[in-house]
Order: sequence, then structure tokens, then C-alpha cells
Amino acid sequence: MSPRAHTPLKPASTAPEQIRNFCIIAHIDHGKSTLADRMLQITGIVDDRSMRAQYLDRMDIERERGITIKSQAVRMPWEVDGVTYALNMIDTPGHVDFTYEVSRSLAACEGAILLVDAAQGIEAQTLANLYLAMENDLTIIPVLNKIDLPAADPEKYAKELASLIGGSPDDVLRVSGKTGVGVDVLLDEVVANIPHPVGNASAPARAMIFDSVYDAYRGVITYVRVVDGALKPRERIQMMSTKAAHELLEIGVSSPEPVPSQGLGVGEVGYLITGVKDVRQSKVGDTVTNLQKPATQALAGYVDPKPMVFSGLYPIDGSDYPVLREALDKLKLSDASLNYEPETSVALGFGFRCGFLGLLHLEIITERLEREFGLDLIATAPSVPYEVTTEDGKTAEVTNPSEYPTGKIKSVSEPVVKVAILTPKDYVGTIMELCQSRRGNLLGMDYLGEERVEMRYTMPLGEIVFDFFDHLKSRTQGYASLDYEPCGEQEADLVKVDILLQGEQVDAFSAIVHKDKAYSYGVLMTERLKKLIPRQQFEVPIQAAIGARIIARETISAIRKDVLAKCYGGDITRKRKLLEKQKEGKKRMKMVGRVEVPQEAFIAALQGDDEVKKK
Amino acid sequence: MNSPLRTLSAYIHVPYCSVRCGYCDFNTYTGSELRGAKRSDFVQHVGLEIAHARRELSATSDDRTLDTVFFGGGTPTILPASDIAAVLDLLRDSFGFSADAEITVEANPDTVDREYFDALRASGVTRVSLGMQSSVPHVLRTLDRTHDPVRIPGLVEQARASGVAVSVDVIYGTPGESIDDWQRTLDALGDLQLDHVSAYALIVEDGTALARKIKRGEIAAPDPDLHAEMYELADERFELMGLSWYEVSNWSRSIETQSRHNLAYWRNHDWWGFGAGAHSHIGDRRWWNIKHPAAYGQAVSRGVSPQLGEEVPTEAQRSLEHTMLGLRIREGIPLSMLTPRARLKVAELISTGLLDGIAAIEGTGRLTLRGRLLADTVIRALTD
Ligand SMILES: Nc1nc2c(ncn2[C@@H]2O[C@H](COP(=O)(O)OP(=O)(O)OP(=O)(O)O)[C@@H](O)[C@H]2O)c(=O)[nH]1
Ligand SMILES: C[S@@+](CC[C@H](N)C(=O)[O-])C[C@H]1O[C@@H](n2cnc3c(N)ncnc32)[C@H](O)[C@@H]1O
Ligand code: SF4
Ligand SMILES: [Mg+2]
Repeated sequence: MSPRAHTPLKPASTAPEQIRNFCIIAHIDHGKSTLADRMLQITGIVDDRSMRAQYLDRMDIERERGITIKSQAVRMPWEVDGVTYALNMIDTPGHVDFTYEVSRSLAACEGAILLVDAAQGIEAQTLANLYLAMENDLTIIPVLNKIDLPAADPEKYAKELASLIGGSPDDVLRVSGKTGVGVDVLLDEVVANIPHPVGNASAPARAMIFDSVYDAYRGVITYVRVVDGALKPRERIQMMSTKAAHELLEIGVSSPEPVPSQGLGVGEVGYLITGVKDVRQSKVGDTVTNLQKPATQALAGYVDPKPMVFSGLYPIDGSDYPVLREALDKLKLSDASLNYEPETSVALGFGFRCGFLGLLHLEIITERLEREFGLDLIATAPSVPYEVTTEDGKTAEVTNPSEYPTGKIKSVSEPVVKVAILTPKDYVGTIMELCQSRRGNLLGMDYLGEERVEMRYTMPLGEIVFDFFDHLKSRTQGYASLDYEPCGEQEADLVKVDILLQGEQVDAFSAIVHKDKAYSYGVLMTERLKKLIPRQQFEVPIQAAIGARIIARETISAIRKDVLAKCYGGDITRKRKLLEKQKEGKKRMKMVGRVEVPQEAFIAALQGDDEVKKK
Repeated sequence: MNSPLRTLSAYIHVPYCSVRCGYCDFNTYTGSELRGAKRSDFVQHVGLEIAHARRELSATSDDRTLDTVFFGGGTPTILPASDIAAVLDLLRDSFGFSADAEITVEANPDTVDREYFDALRASGVTRVSLGMQSSVPHVLRTLDRTHDPVRIPGLVEQARASGVAVSVDVIYGTPGESIDDWQRTLDALGDLQLDHVSAYALIVEDGTALARKIKRGEIAAPDPDLHAEMYELADERFELMGLSWYEVSNWSRSIETQSRHNLAYWRNHDWWGFGAGAHSHIGDRRWWNIKHPAAYGQAVSRGVSPQLGEEVPTEAQRSLEHTMLGLRIREGIPLSMLTPRARLKVAELISTGLLDGIAAIEGTGRLTLRGRLLADTVIRALTD
């Protein structure tokens, strides 16, 4: 199909009436990025030759995992009834860990395409994202995707969707991101139904920073949505919260490659480059204004999300610590939800205690640090934040189990989340069982149509962040979906389990767990370590303890022989090389008391390999 | 460079065996693996390398005579005894032998008899090292050894009658070998009234048939704790037989009956290794020959050096080698050669029972029985 609009509108001189800002939101894998691909094609900004699947998922890690991690904004031309429009489309991620990323994108838009897989129907994140969009007063366009699939049941799910957001099932659009069917009609609908942006063109400039990334060549690239006034190249701008002033070296739009422009006007979405390398200068949620003619009132920013999961990240090579710090600074720029503070561990040296939105987030950040910055890292056992109150009445937030207060503990409280599980009704029983074993409290159940049920629970966060989702999926053949959000704290019977090697505590392995699970954690870790730590010259007891009470114990017996008692004749070189290799291995050993522990053993014990997943 | 303190030895590698034992990764070839190389060319090819060595050493005015000669393999005794004699003649003509030169041949029980021993003796051989490995049939079978253990005492007798000294090689810790089995082998050694024994722990080398069988789970992997127990048992029994350790795997009745050739390796002396895949060490240089006998033969026949690779170890590597080699022998190492950092570890090694305290007070680093078993730990500690 040839593009309808042949001359795209020029940024900076586009009337707000000809602009539409919208995002695509959906449950994970419902086809947002694939739909975005078709939009890039039929608007002509990516030609067929350059096209590749999920074009906007640019990071290697996104392509390998087939999921979107970062939102991407793109400006596309589209013509309806002889009038050319500029559409700013934002493709968003679907995984629950990246809800924050979605919420920032929503703030730059007037409308949202709510996409639902026509073979799956509404899922937990569909509801969560719809809720967010409504909070932001966005106009919703309901769309069923993947209608090309034989298993698609558009009639059924159109009804489901209509009953959720009001209106008639006939209003629900049907498209296929794969074949492109219905995408042109959808874009027409966007123009017709999503309100154009409104702002004061003559007021002092105000632009909201909704994203920023670090580029090795160009420095910090800041993505903004202009609300009032305009921004122009070469003018001096100011960040309203930090008061930092910069010259605008380049301003432009992504289409989808960066295209420099003569500026950005009311309602437009684009990028800024100031040549600044210091990543802290460009804070997501801040307002950009003109230095000479500054605005008085900053735009309402974003509420920084609270980290839900904490883990210590340590460079395997201690001398990489400064590299890690810089790398975290850079990632923080494009991921405001990342939190970190320096910490030290007896076993692992210098590192950072980092806060994440969930386990996937932790995994992605660790992987990006390793890939993009060439680091080798160890992550300690993940933990949620606990509030610990001692007998003398002091309360402390504990995000690192090794900082658990030593004195008498009066109470411990743990974060609780509200969980929504969407499932075919046949699995209700098995899910109840699972949730009960995770200390869940059933709040209620609702039928969504005849087949599907929404189950609502409150549950300790610590019970769901690690492997709950895997269990949920495997018990429901993959049919159940999950969403959760924080809802306060509760007191619980929690204890800290320490792991001791020859009586010496290994801080990286301490964990805060429910009393009923302490024993199994102790057994798991002591057994695992026994397999991983090489035999020493002396016997090494491995113990799990709650305070002074030992709850599990394994012993590594002393090594008796390591000599190579064979006749190698004159090949001294081979012998020496063997020895040199052994010595090299020794260098990667960490001392815990007198016990030499290979770095790999720490990593393997913390990662838990596959044995946990099998259980 | 030709330090008068260093003796010169010759090692002759005979890279042939009739079958390959499942545990063996030595540079040796059975008939079908020889790819055109002929055993009958052995003397001619090694002779060419001997001439080459003579020229090389003369160029540096090295006129040392040979203190020891060792024929190892492979199976040297697969060759007619006249071949051994011919090589010895060439060595004698080119280098000369020291007055009490030790000349050893590794002997495979399947390939020797009284006549063979007589011939060896006549050619100047002073010592044979007999590959007995075990006296227990099922252990020999696991090792793929084809000889009948019943023949061993007779062979030892015949060698002695011919006038050559006898040492015996045994292997312990073969999968399936119990402590009782090992006791039986030790009993058999006792009966032989030996002056010298080498006892090696079975090492599973990568790429061997044994390694594959273990990987497939057909055979259990050797147990290092059992190895340790067998070693301690052997040491005790050898002492009772009047044999004392002088190297971690070697026991001897007296200084005179020790293997001077092997000691030359541990003492880091000089030796020229002749034949396919042999390793040499002269002065500050180590080198090694082309491994396959066919390629080796082609090189020497074209008049070029059969050397495949070489290295001149750095100062640091040299001192590592010295410690590594010296600690394995009873002589030990002078503690004065250690770095100050390493010397700090000596006290701990004494208190953990790995180094001999009395020897240390006298300035020598010597392993205890426990230390011999943990020699790699001690070597690592002292070469930090
Ligand atoms: N048959 C068919 N498959 C589709 C269609 N749209 C997407 N898919 C497939 O669905 C899978 C997920 O597609 P994506 O576009 O990556 O989904 P997404 O919503 O962007 O996923 P996240 O960004 O991870 O939330 C891919 O395998 C696509 O090929 C469609 O219209 N028809
Ligand atoms: C150079 S080898 C070969 C000698 C001769 N071909 C034979 O097998 O009897 C000398 C000795 O090393 C020992 N040996 C060989 N392979 C071994 C292994 N994988 N582990 C331990 N000892 C080994 C055997 O005791 C053998 O007698
Ligand atoms: S006889 Fe000796 S050298 Fe030959 S294969 Fe057997 S162990 Fe190896
Ligand atoms: Mg996507």
C-alpha cells in the first residue's frame, strides 16, 4: 500500500489541530510492536526493504527476548480527506515490571489504542493498563488484534471488551498486525476520535521530559512533549527542577530515525540534544523551559515508583567498581525506576544495593550492565524491603538481609500487594491452592463472561516476586495472567536465616523468610553450597542458622590428596602449565574466614541454577 | 650455561605398543596407527637425531658424557634387543658414558624373557623397569593389561640372573580395585624382594577410552580419598620392606638403588630426549619433538631438526619449576630460595602437618606423608 500523505508536516509549524498523540497499550505479547510495524510501513516512514519485525525493539536484549522494554515514540504522517496530520505514536512494553514506563508514555498522549489479542481476550495487564489510561483521561480506542489467527474469536472478545469500556461490540476495531488488515481504518479512527493537543502557543515554553537515554556518540538524548510555547535550535533552555541551563544543539523528531527540525511547537513530541554528557542533568519528569523567558510553574512531574525488589550487584573484578557506578548512572537516565546505593559485602567486596520493579527488571538491568558496559556481575539473592522494629522501639527499613538488626526484634512488617489473576474457570481450584501456600488472602472473584474469572488476593510481595509467576503459568498451562500493585504492609512471622561457613557468616546468602520456610531455605542453601565449594585442607561445616540456632547442617570433608602422582617423564612444561592454571583459579577465590570459595560458587549458589525451577 | 653441577642424560622414546591400554595417553602408536612409519626404521631415525645432537652440543663446547640413559615408551621392549644395543652404541660413540652410567629400559612383561634380558645386559643396560601394574586379574583387565601376573616373579628372577637391577611399576586406585586387592598387589611386591618400586595413582586422562567409559557411566570414577588411603598403605608396607620414598611416587632401598635418571628430571638437570614426541631440557631451553613417528622420521631424514616447539621459561617460571620439581623429592628445596611472601607460609604448612618441621629448621622444605598427598597445595602455597 502506498502512503497516503506525501508531504509530512514540518515540526515547529504544525498546528495542534493536525497533531494526534497516542500510545498502544496491551497485555504482554498481544502484538503492540507488530502493529506499530504496520503503521511505520503504511505511513511510509520505513520502506519495505528496511522493515524488520518489531522494528522499534532496538536493543539486542529486546530482540532476543521478543519483548519490549522501552517505550518508543515515532512521528508519522497520515492523510484523511485531503488533510495531512502528524501522528505521534508510542509503542509501550506490556510486562508488569514496566508499568512505570507505560505510565510515563501515557502522560505524553491524549489517546490510547487498547489492543487485545483476539485469541486470548482480556488479560491482567489489559486491565491494569486500561486503568492507567483512564486515570490519565485518555480517549480509548478498543482494538482486537491477530484476527488472522484461526483460533481468533473476535465476536466473543469484542463483547468482552465492549462490556469493559462501554459502547457496542461493533465499535471494537479488528486488525491484524501481521497482515496489516484494518490498520488504515484504525489510523483514520485515531484522527477522528483522539482529541488534538491543546496548549498556549504564546506562553513561555514548557515541555515535559518523558524519557531520556544516553548515546555514546551524542551524549544525553532527551525526549519531550511540548505543552506550551515552543523550543528552537540554538536557544538556551533550562531544566526547571535542577535550574541547569544548556544550549539546544539539536532538536527534532523520531521518524523513526532522528530527523532534526526547526523546533517543536505546542503538542509536539520530539527529542533534544544539548551535548551534555553528565547524565544527571536530564531528569525524567522535569520541565524544560526557555532560559530567557522561563515559565513560572513547572508541569506536574511523575511520581517515582517504589522499588519492589532489592538485590546487591557486585563486579566480579573488584576494580570494575567505578565502571559499574558510571554504568548505573547511565541506565538510570533512561530508567528512572532504577535505584541504587553503594554497599559492601564481606564476601563480595564493593557493590551497589539496587532497587527494581520486579525480577524481570532486575534480570534485564543486570544483563544490560554486562552487555552494554562489558561488566561481569554477581547479583545477591533478591529481597523485598522489610520494616523491622526492635524491642527498644527503633524502626529500620531493611533492603539487605545482612543489615537486619541484631538485637531483640519486636516486629517485622513486609510489603503486601493486591494481586489480580485472570484465568479460565477450570483452574480456580489449583490457583487457590497455590495462593494459599503463598499466604494469600482471597478478596473476591468476578466472572468476566462465562468462561473467565478474575480472582483478587492480597499477598506478601515476598511470596510472589520470585517464582510465583512460573508456578502460576505451569499450573494453568499458561492460561492465567497476573497483575499486582502495592497496597501497604503487614506484620508477619519473619526470620532472618544466615548461612555460616566454618562458623563464619556469609552475608551474601542471608535471607529474610517466613518462619515456615526457614528450614527449607536452610536445607536448600547448605546442600547447594556443599556441592559448589571445593574441599579444603580441613573439614568445613556449612550451617544455616536463625540467630544462634542451627537449623540445617552439611559438612565438606577435608581433601586428602591433590598430588598428580603419575610419571610425566620430561614434560615439565605441561606440569608447570597445570600448576599455573591452578594458581590462576586461586586468584578468583574469595576468602570466607579460612575457607577459599571460588567466585563461581557464589554465583551458582545465588542463581540457584535449575533445581529451584524444577521444584 | 653448561653448569658443571648439571649432569647430562639421554631419554629415548620408543613410540610403539601392540595395543593401547584404555588409561594411557602417552605418545605411542599401535601397528595400524603408524601410517607408514616402520619400527625397523627406529634405529636409523634416532641415529640421525643423535648425530644432530652431537653437532649442536659441540657447537657450544658441551662435552659432557651421559650420566644416565632411559628407554621409555610406549614399549621399548617391542623392539629387538639388538635395536636397543645399536642405539646404545651410537650414544656411546657420540657422547660416551660416565663410569657408573645408569642405563634403564622400560619392559613390558609380555615382551621379555631370559634371552632378552641377557641381550640387554650385554649391550650395557643396567636396569629394567617392569610394568607389572597389579597382581590382581580383574584390575589388570580393567587396565587392559594382557600379561599373566603369575609370570612376574619369574621375570624378576630372570632379569636379576642376567645381571640387571629390577624396578617394578604399579598403579593403584583403578576403578573396582578394593583395599584388599591393593593389599594383594603389595603382598606380591613384598615377595619380589625389590630394591625399587614406582607406584602411581591412576589418572584419568582426557581423550582416553577410560575417560569415555567413566563419562558414559560404565565405570566409576576413581575416588581420591581411596587413593590417599592406598598411598598411605603402600608407604607403610614399602617401609616394612626396607624401601623409603625419595620421590612422591618412588621408593628405594638405598641411595644407590634410586633411579638417577628420574632424579635428573626432578633436579632440573639437562637431558636430550630422542625420538618422536620426546622432551628435552638443556641450559635454559626446553623443547619437544614432532609427535608422530612418520613425520618425525621425515624430518630427521631431510636433515632438519625434528623439534616441534620450544620455550625459554622466564625467571618466574623457572623458580616455579624449581619449587614444583624439588618439593616432589625427599631432598626437598632450600627454603632460602623462596620469596619472602612464600616463607611466611612455611610455619603454617608445618603446623598443618604438610611440611617436615625438623627439615625446615635445618633450612629444607620437605614434604611429610600428608604433605606428599597434598603436594599441589604446598607447591601453590610456596609459589605465591
Ligand atoms: N498471527 C499473528 N501474530 C501476531 C500478530 N501480531 C503480533 N503477532 C505475534 O505475537 C507475538 C508478540 O508480538 P509483539 O508485537 O512483540 O507483542 P508486544 O505486545 O509488542 O509484546 P511486548 O512488547 O513484550 O508486550 C509475536 O510472535 C508476533 O509475531 C498478528 O496480528 N497475527
Ligand atoms: C611411561 S609409562 C609406560 C611404560 C610401559 N609401556 C607400560 O605401560 O608398562 C610408565 C608408567 O606410567 C604409569 N602410568 C601410565 N599411564 C598412567 C595413568 N594414566 N595413570 C597413572 N599411571 C600411569 C604406569 O605404571 C606405567 O608403567
Ligand atoms: S603398554 Fe604402556 S605405553 Fe603402551 S599403551 Fe599400555 S600403558 Fe601406554
Ligand atoms: Mg512490544
